[in-house]
Amino acid sequence: MALFEARNIHKRFGSRVVLENISLSFEEGQVNGIMGPNGAGKTTCFHCLTGHYKPTRGNIIFDGQDITGKPPQRISRMGVSRSFQLMNLFDDSSVIENIILALPDFRRRYAQATRSVFDDRELLEQARVILDQVGLLGQEWLPSLSLSYGNRRALEIGVALAANPRIVFLDEPTSGLGAEATRQLASLINKLRSKYTIVMIEHDMRFLFELADTISVIHWGQVIAQGTPDELQSNKWVQRSALGEVA
Amino acid sequence: MATLSDITRRSSQWITPQIFVFAVFLLSLPLWIRPIGLYQYIGIEIAIWIIFALGFNLLFGYTGLHSFGHGAYLGVGAYAFGLFQLHVGVSLIGGLLAAVFAAALAGAFVACFVSHRRGIYFALMTIAFGQVFWFASIKMHGITGGEDGLLNIPRPDLNLGVYSVSLSGNTALYYLIAVLLIIVTVFTWRAMNSPFGRILQAIRQNETRASFIGYEVWWFKWAAFTLSAMFAGLAGGLFAMAQESAYPDVMSLHQSGLIVMMVLVGGGLVNFWGPILGVILYFIARDVLGSITETWLLWYGLMFVVMVMFKPEGLAGVLAGLSKNSAETLNDLPVKTAEGN
Repeated sequence: MALFEARNIHKRFGSRVVLENISLSFEEGQVNGIMGPNGAGKTTCFHCLTGHYKPTRGNIIFDGQDITGKPPQRISRMGVSRSFQLMNLFDDSSVIENIILALPDFRRRYAQATRSVFDDRELLEQARVILDQVGLLGQEWLPSLSLSYGNRRALEIGVALAANPRIVFLDEPTSGLGAEATRQLASLINKLRSKYTIVMIEHDMRFLFELADTISVIHWGQVIAQGTPDELQSNKWVQRSALGEVA
Repeated sequence: MATLSDITRRSSQWITPQIFVFAVFLLSLPLWIRPIGLYQYIGIEIAIWIIFALGFNLLFGYTGLHSFGHGAYLGVGAYAFGLFQLHVGVSLIGGLLAAVFAAALAGAFVACFVSHRRGIYFALMTIAFGQVFWFASIKMHGITGGEDGLLNIPRPDLNLGVYSVSLSGNTALYYLIAVLLIIVTVFTWRAMNSPFGRILQAIRQNETRASFIGYEVWWFKWAAFTLSAMFAGLAGGLFAMAQESAYPDVMSLHQSGLIVMMVLVGGGLVNFWGPILGVILYFIARDVLGSITETWLLWYGLMFVVMVMFKPEGLAGVLAGLSKNSAETLNDLPVKTAEGN
């Protein structure tokens, strides 16, 4: 059985149908890509899957449990993490605090009102392991706002990983990155694929075809094609939606 | 720019040098307040309002929830203290506990309605609830004494087992309040560097992200509101004791606005010590400017306008600018700079 499954998701805003009968399933340990043109409904789909929006109809199943309509904090605590298309960090805080805040061990201490955070070696060590993964070790005490754009994207992913998720949703991780930073990100995702199930929305076709095990194409609010990268390159629907030029 | 959420080098200490200096300042105040031309009672007022302001800034500055109705909880505390003395029994501990408990209850109740809001909606709802309490205090004659309020509230003695201290003198009362203020200062300082406090600050910075990493944002906002109402209640109880009365004016919109102004002028948005500076500045301005001109509030208001326009970081920001060493943050430590930046 798939680790994460969306069954017949519909999402309407007023009379506007944004998602229509979306069914997706993500197997444990795979890198899954979601692609599609601007306005196709990819981010709305992410918002539904991670609890930001409640789908109008349909069910979302994670690890055998129905999580449809649960608030994001509950879904997050169950092991579903996400990053955002636009930068969504704690800007006043240092790099390491951004990570610490997301650690489950820290979250469990939420009611502690007299203990210090920044001399807790165990938390700092856990955060450093995450920062090492995303290549930000050595910059932990900088204000997160002072990082370069690429490093902020890496921190964005780090925050998602720090929650110790089983599945990570990345919303356009390469957006705004240069060629070099994109290469670094690709190698990061290759490192992460052994530990996490990854779902990513991506515009960069080369990036996606290189990394993904399976790809779903969303267009006009529907899944118009699904398959391995090889299968998709020969799919006429994909070619027709003007996304197939990668081959 | 410095922010509230900077990590100080001493974030794990209970008593930082600043807290120590502040405690010495407070405890020595009765020795020098008269020689510099002021009087003991102003020390009492300042200390009470600092308790109010520190608690208020947990919500206003740290959590970023802009309450414009916090005078209500000051008033609830004042009335609770008075009612306890008049109807239950003359007891210092009992009265203060009643004040804190009543304000916490009122705050917790209101927080249930406002915690799913932020920004202008949150602000408006806090004003509305504040007005409800104010109106109730005027109309519920039987309990609150209407517009006259509760008069002749006794100042109970401080009972330390065998030994009992009379607080009828202002100096003795001042020392009690100063000690409570030091405790409040240490607690709020610790709390804002604790996991709980850092989560509140994360919610201020990015509520959406906070919920996506698993926090029940609603609960934290509720808790911050209730906690700050408790401090307001403590301040209110002490105020009723100092004034020996409790009256509707204590919880008027005017008081709610005053605390916002003090915290902003002092720099509560960027510094832990901001609210303290703001309160001191206000009372000095009231007495010193007030002795020169009746229109002192006009000048104070103008100063507020100038401050907001040119130095929104407030007094704490001005002081930090004067002495670079005072910004004791890790940003000053020699850390490796970002590669490629």
